[in-house]
Amino acid sequence: MLKEKDKIFLNIHGFHDRSIKGVMSRGCWNDTKALISKGPDHIIKTIQDSGLRGRGGAGFPTGLKWSFMPKSNEKPKYLVVNADESEPGTCKDREILRHEPHSLLEGCLLAGIAMGCSASYIYIRGEYVREREQLEVAINEAYEKGFLGKNACKTGLSFDIYSHHGAGAYICGEETALLESLEGRKGMPRMKPPFPAGAGLYGCPTTVNNVESIAVVPTILRRGSGWFSGLGRKNNHGTKLFAISGHVNSPCVVEEEMSISLRELIDKHCGGVMSGWDNLKAVIPGGASVPLIPKSVCDDALMDFDWLKEQRSGLGTAAVIVMDQSTDIIKAIWRLSKFYKHESCGQCTPCREGTGWMMRIMERLVIGQASVEEIDMLVEITKQVEGHTICALGDAAAWPIQGLMRHFRNEVEDRIMTYSSQKAIQAAE
Amino acid sequence: MLRRLSTDQPEKFNFTKVNLNWAKAQLKKYPKGRQASAVIPILWRAQEQEGWVSKPAIEFVADFLDMPEVRVLEVATFYFMFHLKPVGSKAHFQVCGTTPCMLRGSEELMNVCKARINEKQHSLSTDGSMSWEEVECLGGCANAPLVQIGSDYFEDLDKSSFEKLIADVEEDKSPVPGSRTGRFSSEPASMTKKYSRKKSSSENASIERFRG
Repeated sequence: MLKEKDKIFLNIHGFHDRSIKGVMSRGCWNDTKALISKGPDHIIKTIQDSGLRGRGGAGFPTGLKWSFMPKSNEKPKYLVVNADESEPGTCKDREILRHEPHSLLEGCLLAGIAMGCSASYIYIRGEYVREREQLEVAINEAYEKGFLGKNACKTGLSFDIYSHHGAGAYICGEETALLESLEGRKGMPRMKPPFPAGAGLYGCPTTVNNVESIAVVPTILRRGSGWFSGLGRKNNHGTKLFAISGHVNSPCVVEEEMSISLRELIDKHCGGVMSGWDNLKAVIPGGASVPLIPKSVCDDALMDFDWLKEQRSGLGTAAVIVMDQSTDIIKAIWRLSKFYKHESCGQCTPCREGTGWMMRIMERLVIGQASVEEIDMLVEITKQVEGHTICALGDAAAWPIQGLMRHFRNEVEDRIMTYSSQKAIQAAE
Repeated sequence: MLRRLSTDQPEKFNFTKVNLNWAKAQLKKYPKGRQASAVIPILWRAQEQEGWVSKPAIEFVADFLDMPEVRVLEVATFYFMFHLKPVGSKAHFQVCGTTPCMLRGSEELMNVCKARINEKQHSLSTDGSMSWEEVECLGGCANAPLVQIGSDYFEDLDKSSFEKLIADVEEDKSPVPGSRTGRFSSEPASMTKKYSRKKSSSENASIERFRG
């Protein structure tokens, strides 16, 4: 269990003073100038050495991503923070935005200056109105204190942070769709290459990072890469915000050490699975798009990128959706298919059409109105969509169904049998 | 999903003075010539003012940002948070129905909506004061099930607390946003007792502050 002294987010639940005075008493904005004066290379190297992997889902090394930014200053460079948190199950960035916004702002300044950026845009999902207001209060406070703007933190460097928001499109969490949306268009992902580091926002070099990836930066720089990499298993370092929802006694968002066991996470913080661990059926460990894992895997599960990947699932955003024995698992996955059908932007045919097919077949599987062969047909469709679209939404729509069929195919077949035998009885009567 | 403008449109749209000044200030966030970036925030403010996005509002925003009208129309129809026809005058309930909320009983909440407001989503109640829709993940999963009204989240709901919420809206009481089980935010329930702090009045801001 993570020790109190190793926590990065000291006010994640918002119990303590959120004004800049309270924030500074907890160490934020403490001599930021000294951190900046060590130079961009030092900042990037420290983050690389710390082993920080992106917290938005893909787990790409953050420091490495920053090093892709061109060194030349021909065009302005931008840091864009992806606060379009919309992955079902995920509600961790919300807590940073409303309760720890200054960690994010200080992280933006440090990361931005390390990459030679002149400004940062924080793109918040439209539904988070109150969270945006809290963030804007924090931005104003930081400007008043001289931490941002011209001569930010008295370093002689100019750095601006702007908040921007969307209007309810999950797809805008994809980095290039987010940039399209930020430029005032429909959020349809762009072809890559060029990658945003080459041509991103307004055609300028841009790095897009998740809120949590940026908000942990100041603490890593203060406490050193060795401290961060000392937490968690090899290649999966640091602390992580976990959001646990579904059938637990006390759903919550907590900061924990990477590689914590799933059982410890649920038992210590969430008061256990409803009616006990043995009542567990399955867990979606990283937000809607990752395949579920059944209880047998949950028993030994470690919550990190590599362990879950070995189980053909993923850590994703560390949004743990717990489902107990009372769950209609087919219906739970159907609802995710409905989500992806609703959120497909419609640009690529396999996704636009495929998500509809998947949802409609799943709809029939929920009541069992299908033939057993259709299970294979459905899996085949998921394979046809996966990897054949510009962005990963197609993959995200495919994986939950693949996970369901991998682990709960029996249940799906049983339901088909039950339905057809009931129909036969009705016909005989 | 097919989204069309309402057949019933007002004559014209204008920002209130406060909102117009706010909109002008937004343009400063973006580099010169990139004012189109502000299209979502400005359309959103128009919706906050009027309750929905009308054709005159789209034309107004296009003119304001020097964009072709079709580009603004494209944005208004693409993003689901823009209501393209009037919603309930008192409240539009957005019930999150995605899996984490479904696991904790959002279907029950939607049954309440069907009984109390209208059998059909996006349709007004008989007196026109309320409407509802099922929305995709609101990102408050640790406080599931939840409902958004205007800018606020009402969390940790169940059938009876949701019925109470609807009754409060009907009676023009301004319900306090947040958890219905006494939680402060998304902390584990065991921590709620340990720390408790009164929310400041700004956190309980009323639902529709930008209405003209």
